[in-house]
Amino acid sequence: MSEIVKTDVVIIGAGPVGLFAVFELGLYDLKCHLIDILDRPGGQCAELYPEKPIYDIPAWPEISGQGLTDRLMEQIKPFAPQFHFNRMVTRLERQAYGQFHVETDEGEIFEAKVVVIAAGGGSFQPKRPPVPGIEAFEGKSVFYSVRRMEEFRDQDVLIVGGGDSALDWALNLQPITRSLTVVHRRAEFRAAPDSVKKMFELVESGSVRFELGQVSGLKGEDGVLTGATIKSADSEIELPVTRLLPFFGLTMKLGPIADWGLNLHENLIPVSVETFETSQPGIFAIGDINWYPGKLKLILSGFHEAALMTQAAKRIVSPGERVVFQYTTSSTSLQKKLGVN
Amino acid sequence: MTKITFVTFDGVRIDTDAENGSTVMESAIRNAVPGIDAECGGACACATCHVYIADAWKDAAGEPEAMEEDMLDFAYDVRPSSRLSCQIRVSNELDGLVVHVPERQA
Ligand SMILES: Cc1cc2nc3c(=O)[nH]c(=O)nc-3n(C[C@H](O)[C@H](O)[C@H](O)COP(=O)(O)OP(=O)(O)OC[C@H]3O[C@@H](n4cnc5c(N)ncnc54)[C@H](O)[C@@H]3O)c2cc1C
Ligand code: FES
Repeated sequence: MSEIVKTDVVIIGAGPVGLFAVFELGLYDLKCHLIDILDRPGGQCAELYPEKPIYDIPAWPEISGQGLTDRLMEQIKPFAPQFHFNRMVTRLERQAYGQFHVETDEGEIFEAKVVVIAAGGGSFQPKRPPVPGIEAFEGKSVFYSVRRMEEFRDQDVLIVGGGDSALDWALNLQPITRSLTVVHRRAEFRAAPDSVKKMFELVESGSVRFELGQVSGLKGEDGVLTGATIKSADSEIELPVTRLLPFFGLTMKLGPIADWGLNLHENLIPVSVETFETSQPGIFAIGDINWYPGKLKLILSGFHEAALMTQAAKRIVSPGERVVFQYTTSSTSLQKKLGVN
Repeated sequence: MTKITFVTFDGVRIDTDAENGSTVMESAIRNAVPGIDAECGGACACATCHVYIADAWKDAAGEPEAMEEDMLDFAYDVRPSSRLSCQIRVSNELDGLVVHVPERQA
């Protein structure tokens, strides 16, 4: 088992609200570790609409999802938050008051005095394509990401999708597979032009097969895939397939949060509007994941929640210490923490 | 007002009055048409407002832009008549439009 990482606060989710919480907690000297299943910060802003403008961030008449994420990262830099990406938080367990264990699917354990759930709409997970019976093959013949390339050696691999993940893996896996087919709904790809060009060169030379259409059926038994049906506008073909890799983008699912013994309200976590504490003392929920009367799923509301949550979190981490309210404009001690004084 | 009729997967017809300049998705949501989720609120970022547009209306509804085509890749049971309803603007030309809702979104 890996060593336990000890910290003041674990923040589950590195979306805009989780990021800003680092700032508010940092002003009160609380050190944070953030865990996110994505491979980068920003949550929905970075994953769903990096280039779209947001118009209701106070004092930013217009800023893109990625722009907002970048500015938040810059703003919290003085507090040196530790990020752990590509991991899903699977367990959250209370050991004692002010002592929680947070576990990831990579087997890491974090010990925190306070846990902040900033999980937004839930963890981003790959979309399952609408192919009847596909569940039965998952984990054995159908994979939504490539963890071990060896899994695909000498296999008849079918990759579905037209984005970067689909094409990158087509190019990477082609040399080791027995056969490789790419299926996409249309002839245009969303991927980097260079990868598209490389793939069509392989199609030209006969190393990769490309089919226009959608996967409509799978054949096989006991999770062992043997073939797939590909349906296009005017025809249907069957191919021998032993490994299927669908790349249909990501969707948000509540995921393991439902198993952590917290009260839920329609898949959201009810909180106190004074402290943003959940039904379990020491566990807080801020941003899109929480619920209280009048809740609005807005970034600015999440920022406000982070500020109030911090007051309560500080009292748990430093019991007996007076929590002093100060302005960043005029407090020299806050400015020292920010590295501007 | 422009009349738009939604036909659910079970064949239920729902007639709506849509405001010109709004989107077909907004009319569906205002009238609680089952089967249209529109999770992203019309930002062309979720593909959960996927519908089928009858052939006769294809021209009036306009061509999908590249961004919409990209999002459609993530929709369920995409056909040549597939569109994202949040990307179709309501105008007089669409008066009488019939929109079919797919079996499910994503
Ligand atoms: C298209 C679109 C447009 C929008 N426009 C606006 C706008 O104009 N103004 C506005 O205020 N808001 C807007 N929003 C809403 C805004 O993006 C959200 O309110 C905001 O992202 C919520 O931030 P968050 O940090 O709470 O959660 P999220 O951004 O959802 O981030 C949560 C993170 O937690 C991670 N996570 C969850 N569970 C786990 C787990 N178990 N393990 C590991 N990681 C986990 C997720 O992977 C995710 O990265 C828009 C949303 C969309 C989709
Ligand atoms: S509402 Fe999300 S793409 Fe149309």
